[in-house]
This record gives sequence, structure tokens and C-alpha cells, in this order.
Amino acid sequence: MTAALARAVRPPETSRPPLDLPRPAVAATDLTKRFGRLPVLRGLSFAVKPGRITALAGPNGAGKSTLIKAMLGLVRPDGGTLAIDGVPVGEDPGYRARIGYMPQLARFPENLTGRELVRMLRDLRGDAVPEDDELFESFGLVAELDKPVRTLSGGTKQKLNAAVAFMFRPSLLILDEPTAGLDPIANGLLKAKILQARDAGATVILSSHVLSELEEMMDDVLLLLDGRVRFQGSLDNLRRATGHQRLEAAVAALMRLRGG
Amino acid sequence: MTTFKVLKFQLRDLVRSRWLLGYTLLLLALTEALLRFGGSGPRAVISLLNVVLILVPLVSIVFGTMYLYGAREFIELLLAQPVGRPALFAGLYTGLALPLVVGFLMGVGLPFLWAGPGEGSGSGSIGLLLAAGSLLTLVFTALAFLVSVLVVDRARGLGLAIVVWLGVTVLYDAILVLVATTMADYPLELPLLGLTLLNPVDLGRVLLLLRLDAAALMGYTGAVFERFFGSTLGTGVTIGALALWVAGPLLLGMRRFVAKDF
Repeated sequence: MTAALARAVRPPETSRPPLDLPRPAVAATDLTKRFGRLPVLRGLSFAVKPGRITALAGPNGAGKSTLIKAMLGLVRPDGGTLAIDGVPVGEDPGYRARIGYMPQLARFPENLTGRELVRMLRDLRGDAVPEDDELFESFGLVAELDKPVRTLSGGTKQKLNAAVAFMFRPSLLILDEPTAGLDPIANGLLKAKILQARDAGATVILSSHVLSELEEMMDDVLLLLDGRVRFQGSLDNLRRATGHQRLEAAVAALMRLRGG
Repeated sequence: MTTFKVLKFQLRDLVRSRWLLGYTLLLLALTEALLRFGGSGPRAVISLLNVVLILVPLVSIVFGTMYLYGAREFIELLLAQPVGRPALFAGLYTGLALPLVVGFLMGVGLPFLWAGPGEGSGSGSIGLLLAAGSLLTLVFTALAFLVSVLVVDRARGLGLAIVVWLGVTVLYDAILVLVATTMADYPLELPLLGLTLLNPVDLGRVLLLLRLDAAALMGYTGAVFERFFGSTLGTGVTIGALALWVAGPLLLGMRRFVAKDF
């Protein structure tokens, strides 16, 4: 049983998608990265399906943050390929115009106001698209925009962080622990916004430690363990393969198969 | 122009910084006090020079590294936007160095301005003092960038910044004097001259003292320097060497910034 299960969840050897599938929003082949002598990514191959919400899961140190930073061009992989919308991530920063990034920790220049921050990002991106202000309004940020960021509470900064990620209507949203530090109401608003973005065609990748919190909204799971892909596929497949209905139990079952 | 866009908003941030305001006010108070009570003529400028040579490098490198470590998450957010790294680096550097230079020029320049000419020792040496301080600001902000891209850990980076400052302001001269006195029997003029060119703070001192005809006041290296170069050539060489001190760390820092993992 255990061996059969391990076979079932082992990632495919090559990640080249069949030709009849839509082009993956993010695709990696044999992606490797080491920091000094410490290997962090040890040959990742996966494909993130477009227009779906993919949860990037895994224990601390599995390589989630490094993978996110590689997608953003913040970390340069040592080997393998990584492509966003079929375009290899490289020297040309243009592909990042399609990405909305919400970092785990929101820290902005202390003496700028929220409005100045928004203006700066708008300037840097030079996008012509009409901006999406919905989160600014639903989060009640509009009244806070003229205060220096230094005076805002941690939760308000996190709301600003989220609103900025959605502002430019990105086709790929990368959200790192998006619900950390948000109150339940803001949390609900953000979840609704994520679903709305997906229904409008955007691809969403979100990483979270508290999987149960986001379980109801995820379509696919990409589980990393020790710098490798432990499972990729739909949430339903994960449940079927492990026999567990709850995501956390399913992931725990997979992690027990370490080395499988 | 990414560089200009980053610069513009960073200026807005730093102009409202209380640290920068405090720095400017401190320089203002020191300059005003030295002008009033430190006597007139070259003496006031030389006293002020000694303050500038200690304070400007310290504030530039410490404030610079602190600011950059504090801005690390924001720099990552900026890097996640469709901007190139070299342009971003250029914007960050000018956005940090420019407010510090302006703060210095206001702090030291304004008291001279309202004291009027005749106080101090003529506008030439004041101009050189302002130039030396501005160049040193550029040098030590560049060093702050270099430290912050080379050292990941914030506390270590700050420690290294202070070690660099101690090294060029205190240790370097101490070692130079030690070498000169223990090897007094040998013709050391040229080696010492070369060693002076290697230290940006010494360069700042030489730049001003060459013009004040006070080369003897800066001891051995100063005397050697004046004899070897004379005033005009000496000024050119020191400014050139200071420019290299800006460009060197800056280029190294930029190369590292472009290649590094965040």
C-alpha cells in the first residue's frame, strides 16, 4: 500500500506538458539552487496550470520562499529552467509587469504616505491598465492613504501590501502567507478577492503554513519537501491518493513517506 | 527612467527623516559655535575640518547601512516590479547620497553664509571644505552600499561599517605614524605619499590643507605631499583619488547588487 501510494504521488519525471494542454503559467524543469553549500532547491520540475489557485505547501525550509523568489527574479537559480507564461525568467525584467507580488512581511519607507507608495509603484510599472482600487475601498484604506506609513498599524500595512499586489490587475498573483496578520474580516475580503481574480482568469500561487485556512479555495497543490516536489496535482487527486479528506492530514501522510 | 523615479520617492522619504534633520542641525550648531568662539581665519576652518573628517564619514556610513538594512524588504518589493537592477541601484544610491550631501552643505555652509565673507578665511577654503565633505559623503555612502550588499546580517553589517570608519579615521593614521617613526632612517617619503592616497579621510584633509598653506600642521605626510605635488597639482590628484574612492566601492557594490540573491 505504502509503495503504491508513493508511486502514485511521485512527480512525473519530465514536466513537459502534453501539447493539448494550455501553456502553464509557471513551469520549471530540474530547477536547482544552493546557498553556499546548502542545497535549497534540488531539481524541481512542475507546471502551474493557468487560471487556477495553486497552494505552495511544505514545511519550513522546504524551499517555498526560494522558489517564490526565483519566480520573481530575486534569486538566480543555479541550474534548470524556469518560465513564466512560456518566457524564461532571465535578465529582462519585463515579465514582472504581469506579476502581482504580496510579500510575507510588509515594510515600506517610513516617511512616505500610502498614496506616495502607490504612486511610486505606478510610476515604476508605467502600466496603462485602469487600476483596481477595490481592496483599497473594501479594506477602508482610503482614509489612511495620506498618513505616513510609519504611523500605520501592522494590520493596516498588511492590507496595503495586499491591495498593492492586486492593483495592477496582474495575470499571475504570487501571495506569500497572505492571511498572516489580517483580522478575520479583512481575511474574508482578501479570500473573496483572490477567488474573483481567479474567476477573471488570473493564476494565483499562494504559500501558507496554515493550510486549513485556505483549503476551501485552492484548486491545486504543489507540495515541496526538502527542495523537491513531493506532490503536484489537484486537491481532489491529493485526497484520493492519500485517503484523507482534510488537507493537513493528507499532506502529513505524504510527508511521512519521505524518501518513499 | 527607473533611476529617476526611485530617486524622486526616496528623496521624499529621506527629507522627512528625523535622523537627517538631526545631522544637519548638529553640523549647524558645531559650525556656528566654531565660527563664534574658535577664532577667525584658517584656525576656524581647520577646527571645523577636523570635525567634518570624523563626523561626515561616520554619519554617512552608519546612516547609510542602517537605512539600507531597514529598506531590505522594500528593495525586494521594488525588485519584484518590472525594473532592472542597475537602474534601481543607481536610484537608491543617488537617493541616499544626495540628501546627505545637501544636509551637510546646509549644516556647514549656512553659518558661513550668514557670517558673511571676512569671517573664516575667504571663500576659497570654505568652498574646499564643502567640496571635501561632499566627496567624503559620496565615498562613505558608496561604502555603506558595499557593506550592505556584501553582508547579509544586519548587526554584522553595522559592525563592519563602524570598523571601516574606525580604520580610516583612527587606525590608519596611527599605523602610518608608527611606520614613519620606527623606520625613520629610511627614505619613506614616497611610500607614505602613496599610503596617504589610499585613505579617503587623509585625502579630504590634504585637499584642504594644501590650500591653507598649513601643510606643516598635518605633519609628516602633509609636508611630503606639498613638497612633491605643490598646491595645484596636489589638489587635482587628491580630487581624482577621492573620485576613485567613490567609483571603486560603487562599481563593486553595483556588480554585487546585480548578481546577488535577495
